[in-house]
Amino acid sequence: MQYLLMIYTSEQQDAQRTPEESEANMGEYFAFTNEAREAGVMMAGDALHPTTAATTVRVRHGQISSTDGPFAETKEQLGGYYLLNCENLDEAIKWAAKIPGARDGSIEIRPVWEFEG
Amino acid sequence: MEAIHQTIERTFREESGRVLAALISTLNDFDLAEDAFQDALIVALEKWPQDGRPTNPGAWITTTARNKAIDRLRRRQNFDRKQAHLVALAQKPPAPDEYEMDSIPDERLKLIFTCCHPALSLEAQVALTLRTLGGLETAEIANAFLVPVPTMAQRLVRAKRKIQQAGIPYRVPPTDLLPERLHAVLTTLYLIFNEGYNASSGDALIRQELSSEAIRLAQILNQLLADDPNLAEDAEALGLLALMLLHDARRQARVGRTGELILLEAQDRSLWDSEQIGVGTAVLHHALSLKQPGPYQIQAAIAALHDQAATPQETDWPQIAALYQALQQYTESPVVRLNWAVAVAMAEGPMRGLALLDELAEAGTLDHYHLFHAARADLLRRAGFYDDAHDAYTIALDLCQNAVEKRFLRRRLAELGHER
Repeated sequence: MQYLLMIYTSEQQDAQRTPEESEANMGEYFAFTNEAREAGVMMAGDALHPTTAATTVRVRHGQISSTDGPFAETKEQLGGYYLLNCENLDEAIKWAAKIPGARDGSIEIRPVWEFEG
Repeated sequence: MEAIHQTIERTFREESGRVLAALISTLNDFDLAEDAFQDALIVALEKWPQDGRPTNPGAWITTTARNKAIDRLRRRQNFDRKQAHLVALAQKPPAPDEYEMDSIPDERLKLIFTCCHPALSLEAQVALTLRTLGGLETAEIANAFLVPVPTMAQRLVRAKRKIQQAGIPYRVPPTDLLPERLHAVLTTLYLIFNEGYNASSGDALIRQELSSEAIRLAQILNQLLADDPNLAEDAEALGLLALMLLHDARRQARVGRTGELILLEAQDRSLWDSEQIGVGTAVLHHALSLKQPGPYQIQAAIAALHDQAATPQETDWPQIAALYQALQQYTESPVVRLNWAVAVAMAEGPMRGLALLDELAEAGTLDHYHLFHAARADLLRRAGFYDDAHDAYTIALDLCQNAVEKRFLRRRLAELGHER
């Protein structure tokens, strides 16, 4: 079986960390990643940019609407995900609009952190 | 000295859109471009009073700012990471005597489309457009929208960060996205205009700078669309420009000496800017000749009919009512239906208008809209139902947020007292 492990934290609290605390936190994540990798259970994992970088896409009456922010309604639950490699946000929006769920639900686009070096 | 500094700052503001658009295009970084632009201003304040104003200030600012950006990139600790930029910049070293603006491509369309990307909130689009293309200071934008300066600064920071993090492309959208994106740009410009023309709150009814800025940006947008070999004039973009010009032409007559609101029918029409009405009408005719009808053109046509009437009695209400009816194909806005009902009332009498307003009231969406109650009050007054008019004015007054409009409604209530 494959399992998706979703990480929910408070962005507000995360933002209040000191640089040292952030670094310690990152270290713990790296350790977890390594442990999962060595155990052979790791398929993929990424950190996401905060919700301020999110865009929500919906298709209603054939019209694509993209709005700022993660405005999924509370009556909608996460039902799946795609990880796509796109040129820019416009391309990501175009793909998001093709997902069937965009027609009666919403697709939240979150850019993945790319660590340099 | 003070005067020279003011002239320099004004020049920078005028050139801001074009310079920033070019800088962002090469630097791919809004913040760096803005910082470098400020650096160039400091150099100019030092040098221009001695050396005189360059013959081509826009090119001078762009070249100077680009050099300052290179300095800034060199100073950054993460030098290696940015080296790609430096290489790109160094490949086209600007010769100091080549301050020719023609050699710097006009990238403002890219900037307009990026600032008005639908993945940014509308208020972020407005702030970013005014800051970068309009060259307004953060504090000026904050004042115009009546929010604290730190709030506006934060809004701009967030918008720029979102562009960077979410990967909003800095480009003119491809053909398949263009109509939708152009629509978003027009929405933003119209919002800026309306905030200036019809301030939703606060004391000054007209914040002229915002309206003028929206008109200026719409002029630039239309010019750029016409000049670009890969793009074409857009009837709705022209329609919006015409609409704003035709409304703004009545500005002087719209507010009285003590700042009170004067309705169209009571305005001194000799104060209307006939030259601007001429320009707006010509733009509208050109838009209509492109044969792509749309809501901005219809609204501009309505404004033109008002502008053409020498006296309120000469207003072509039947045609205005027909245009409002046509406008309803494009929008379900209850405000448009309200205006339609008022136009019908003017053409066919207050009782017919009141019947239409009753239908609107049943839908319930306009209950909290002060202009609905004000319009109803006016029709009731015209029909001679003074008590009902009094009640409707009172509701409108309770709901109204704008100090100038409130004064107007109070005056109407007082006048009603005499008629009763």
